[in-house]
Amino acid sequence: MKTSVQQINNLTIGFQSQKGQQISILKNINTTINKGETVGIVGESGSGKSTLALAMMGYVKHGLFTISGECMFHSNNLLEMNNKELENIRGRKIAMIPQNAGQSLTPNLKIGYQIDEALKLHTDLKKTDRDNKISELLNKVRLPSPETMAQRYPHELSGGQQQRVAVAMALAGSPELLLLDEPTTGLDVTTQAHVLELLNLIAKDTGTSMVYVSHDLGAIAQVSDRVIVMYSGEIVLDGPVRSILKNPIHPYTFGLLKSIPKLTLPGLPNSMSGSQPQPGSIKEGCSFYDRCEFADKNCKINSPELEYINDLNTHVRCFRHKELINQNELNSQTVKSIENKILKNEILDLSNVSISYAKQKFIEQLINKIEDKNPTVKDIDININKGETLALVGESGSGKSTILKSIAGLLKTKDGIIKFEKDKELSSDLRKRDPKFLRAIQLIFQNPDESLNPNHTVEEIVAQPLKLYFGLKGHELKEKIINVLDKVRLGKFYLTRYPRQLSGGEKQRVAVARAFAAKPDIILCDEVTSALDVSVQAAVLNLLQELKEDFGTTYIFVSHDLAVVRAISDRVAVLYQGRLCEIGPSKNVYKFPSHPYTEVLLGAVLEPDPDIKPKLVAEDIVEEKPPENGCSFQGRCPRILGDICKNEVPPWQSTENGNSIRCHIKIDDLKNQQTLN
Amino acid sequence: MFFLVIKRILLGLITLFIVSLITFVGVEVLPGDACTTYLERQAFGAALEACYERLGLNLPAYERYISWAIGVLQGDFGYSLSGEMKINDVLGPKVKNSMVLASASILIGIPVALLLGIITALWRDKLPDIIISTVTIFSMTIPEFISATLLILIVAIWLEWLPGIVIVPSEASISELLPNIILPVIAISMIMTAHMARMVRSSVIQVMASDYVQMAILKGVPYWKMVFKHVLPNALLPAINVVALTIAWLLGGVVVTEVVFNYPGLGRLVIESISNRDLPVVQALAIILASIYVSINLIADLMTLMLNPRLKSLQIKK
Amino acid sequence: MKNKKEKQKNTFQKILEVIKTMASKPSGLIGLTILIFHVILAITSPLYVPYDYKAIDPSLMLNPPSSEFWFGTDSLGRDVFTRTILGGRTALTVTFFGSLIALLWGGSLGIFCGLVGGKIDDVVMRIIDAFLSIPWILAMLLIVSLLGTTTLVLIPALGFFYGKGIVRVARAATHDVIAKDFIVSARARGHSNISIIWNEILPNVRDAIMVEGAMRWSWMLLGFSSLSFLGFGVSPPTPDWGLMISNARGLMSFAYWAVLAPIVGLSSLIIGINLTADAFAKALGIDRSTKAPV
Repeated sequence: MKTSVQQINNLTIGFQSQKGQQISILKNINTTINKGETVGIVGESGSGKSTLALAMMGYVKHGLFTISGECMFHSNNLLEMNNKELENIRGRKIAMIPQNAGQSLTPNLKIGYQIDEALKLHTDLKKTDRDNKISELLNKVRLPSPETMAQRYPHELSGGQQQRVAVAMALAGSPELLLLDEPTTGLDVTTQAHVLELLNLIAKDTGTSMVYVSHDLGAIAQVSDRVIVMYSGEIVLDGPVRSILKNPIHPYTFGLLKSIPKLTLPGLPNSMSGSQPQPGSIKEGCSFYDRCEFADKNCKINSPELEYINDLNTHVRCFRHKELINQNELNSQTVKSIENKILKNEILDLSNVSISYAKQKFIEQLINKIEDKNPTVKDIDININKGETLALVGESGSGKSTILKSIAGLLKTKDGIIKFEKDKELSSDLRKRDPKFLRAIQLIFQNPDESLNPNHTVEEIVAQPLKLYFGLKGHELKEKIINVLDKVRLGKFYLTRYPRQLSGGEKQRVAVARAFAAKPDIILCDEVTSALDVSVQAAVLNLLQELKEDFGTTYIFVSHDLAVVRAISDRVAVLYQGRLCEIGPSKNVYKFPSHPYTEVLLGAVLEPDPDIKPKLVAEDIVEEKPPENGCSFQGRCPRILGDICKNEVPPWQSTENGNSIRCHIKIDDLKNQQTLN
Repeated sequence: MFFLVIKRILLGLITLFIVSLITFVGVEVLPGDACTTYLERQAFGAALEACYERLGLNLPAYERYISWAIGVLQGDFGYSLSGEMKINDVLGPKVKNSMVLASASILIGIPVALLLGIITALWRDKLPDIIISTVTIFSMTIPEFISATLLILIVAIWLEWLPGIVIVPSEASISELLPNIILPVIAISMIMTAHMARMVRSSVIQVMASDYVQMAILKGVPYWKMVFKHVLPNALLPAINVVALTIAWLLGGVVVTEVVFNYPGLGRLVIESISNRDLPVVQALAIILASIYVSINLIADLMTLMLNPRLKSLQIKK
Repeated sequence: MKNKKEKQKNTFQKILEVIKTMASKPSGLIGLTILIFHVILAITSPLYVPYDYKAIDPSLMLNPPSSEFWFGTDSLGRDVFTRTILGGRTALTVTFFGSLIALLWGGSLGIFCGLVGGKIDDVVMRIIDAFLSIPWILAMLLIVSLLGTTTLVLIPALGFFYGKGIVRVARAATHDVIAKDFIVSARARGHSNISIIWNEILPNVRDAIMVEGAMRWSWMLLGFSSLSFLGFGVSPPTPDWGLMISNARGLMSFAYWAVLAPIVGLSSLIIGINLTADAFAKALGIDRSTKAPV
């Protein structure tokens, strides 16, 4: 018999709506966290997973309250304790690592003080011992030079470092249970992999039980022993990680796994229709009924209970789970491979483009010249053919969005020329650009909450390009708007809606509709799926691909997610610190030999499969500025040759696969080294 | 850090320069000048010429501005028209009296406002908050002259606890002033205190809802320690600037309140000099009041700079 | 055509909704009731006042409240009730139009500065700062004493002085908005500046500016009545609360009613406007308590 650390019984948490109804965010949660176990709680935004994690510390947010049930920590109900009792448990027995460490560290207190505070509260150590312990903890989370680190303020650290401090702080009280709320979300791919590895080490070292809350199945797969899947405030699936991720017997999990793009499976993933219901909107039946492929009449009327399946050691909330048990479809997944008609004629050509964020000095303003020896983006040479999808990939600070802005005319280039259809040069000043080129290039942004005017209806939003470029009016305009919305699968009744009344996926569809309304030749997509939930992401990717096939539009697709890029693009350009590292057909960029940076990125990708572990090749500390001389990746390169990398800009080399790599290392050497690993 | 301080000081000086220009130009542009006002019906011919000559008004405007500005920089505001006294002598004691009044209001107002703001925020939507918030809404909407009048009516006339009208000369010492200023101080600080309390309340509530306070709670930090270490330093930092602006607003209230209580400060001088079109005095008052405003804001800026860890670390790096 | 009507209907519904939200809380309901009461009183009071507001009768000096003179008489024997219910008309009119002017010029300059940024913005803000640092009372007194105390002077003068704060608010709101992607998107599409201001910025800063305008109204009323109180507002014998308080103050140990009646009138109006502005801000989701009264 395993000893349990925490037991949650019939927990229901909710809020009072303005009309006085009780609306539940968590419904009837039952589960147990055992000693030494790492449990992953996975769900999309609004599934109640964070509320559950906070309840495990006896914390209920302002405005929410416990409707029924209990959170038993050993034999005490956390939800009935007073503040004094909770203070003795929080930090000492149960500790939390928050999602956004940058905002969770108090800005006016030094790192050292904040860790010391936890030590003072939860240990009996003396001052000198505590100082040693702080260094020890900072060392344990692998932060460089602990003594100076302790003297710093939170804002002086990078995102990854802040997250490590949060881990150190949580470990200070040697807790029995560690709760992690999306601890790697918002971090760069490589940093994320490093933090996860650190957490795994700590779990092994200390034997602490962990609850890892995330929307990212890739991260969950790397750390958890057991996985709980949540949907609309309920647990729908709860079992060992391999059984959940390899043989999911709940339709939601099944669909979710199929909708994740994977490096190993090129092509567009299947999409799931619809989106998660709003709390309180489901009156009867299964909450997944609307989106379920397997649902029947029974599912509409009755809501399933959580059922234990002995063979799989799994709890599932579905009437029809048996039909899913032997579905092997996951592995032989039917993905839609993309085939774009790429024409031979060039549509956009960037030659030798450099972009600088440095402010112009007064004299430079007069002669209209920017003097910056070390610009943010430098030496970009890319040509794009009509009908192609080119992806720009890199971590934050790689300059990928900057290049996109310059193509759109939003940012002046420092040097270089951008040409449209071979011979027409695009002015880097928006105001001097010919309106017909403005129409030809349209942008779709990352966050539809910000890119749609909250005070305009969907009709007004889509009308704007139509009025501006085609001068449409009245009946004709309305017809065209309906037509365009139809293309993105939004019905007539959306016309009068405001963005706040739409779900994330719907909003992004409106943004796509607005871009296509201009009948553009090129669409610039800036991280268009990263603000969306996984199940919605696949749907948007599929939509973009269909529209492209219909209209022959060229896409430039910026993303940090290599799997997404793999799914949608024909060609990939890898950027580091505003310099190109590698460019080539996407199927080849993902094969060796590749640029050392591409290798690092590929190694850090988290697959939703517990048997594929990330490979950590390089440090995750990103420089603040690109190096002035030599290769852009010299600071972190695991295969650095020596001085030549620091002094000379590396040459372009072509591989037998047809992609180009910018590196001093000979292609053959690269190939040998990389295949050896 | 050093450059930031210098920059703020320079900006303050530029503001004062613009103020001096505005008042000077304003007085020039508006119809009527010192001599026509002073001489009234006799404002023509030789008498007017003589007056212009005497006051130097026949010189071009920019020359007058320069000589006036040089005087001001040396601390000399020239002569007043009505009494033909040195403005410095007229202003000196009154400035002191008004400062006593204003500082007493600030010294009482700020701590009370902090206390009320923090109490209302920590007991948000509970009884103490509801009561205090209702009172602050009333006290911040009632004009000073009404609260002053009511205070005199109730405390001085009906209850006869304190003197209603200040009957001391301008040159009175602070100890002579003291019992007299209790009611004026209450009248002046009411609006300011209410405003600041509301501001502090919403600032504290904002910080209480932040991720780092949630984190501190989840770390097991005891409630009051959390309030003092994690909440207040971060909540009060942005409040400093707003408090400074509120204090500046108080200067207007001082003028009105002084009139109601017949207090021998700048208030009556403002009314008198404007009624008499004693423009040199008005200009002097504008510069003095503006410099007080600018210095208060400068102090607030510098305090924020000193206390903000983000800016502190700039210093370390340099 | 149909579109326009639909839009008007929408706007109307939105206004109705805001008023409903405002009235759903007791403080908002009280504020709205007081404000509407005062507005109706100001419009209709000349129709039913019992006495002539300027009729002086020495034989009726300082009569206490009675069935004949509900609020008593003042030192010149005038009926205080008559003068009190008439006393808000000028104040309400002047400050209402004053706030409108403040709203217009402050709002437009603020949006302009926020949009263009750079050197022009720096210079304008510096001048605004300088104006802010001259105490309002000094500046207002100076203008009024030199130009006279007619409504035509008071409205633009108050409008100008109370608009400075709106410039800051409008500018800050514009700054917040122009960083958003929907503005970037409109710029990338090639819309003109005017179209961007009108279609993209204005709908998003309108609420903040309107709330600020509502707040300015109560502060302007405070300022205006202070001016009247000091003798620089409405000229006698026009009834005005500030002036009435100032005149009756000297004799309040004998005749408290002559002071209390206008005090109740003025205080209730200011509180009414303030509660309404507060409820308005809350209904639009804007927190107004973080701002200083500048």
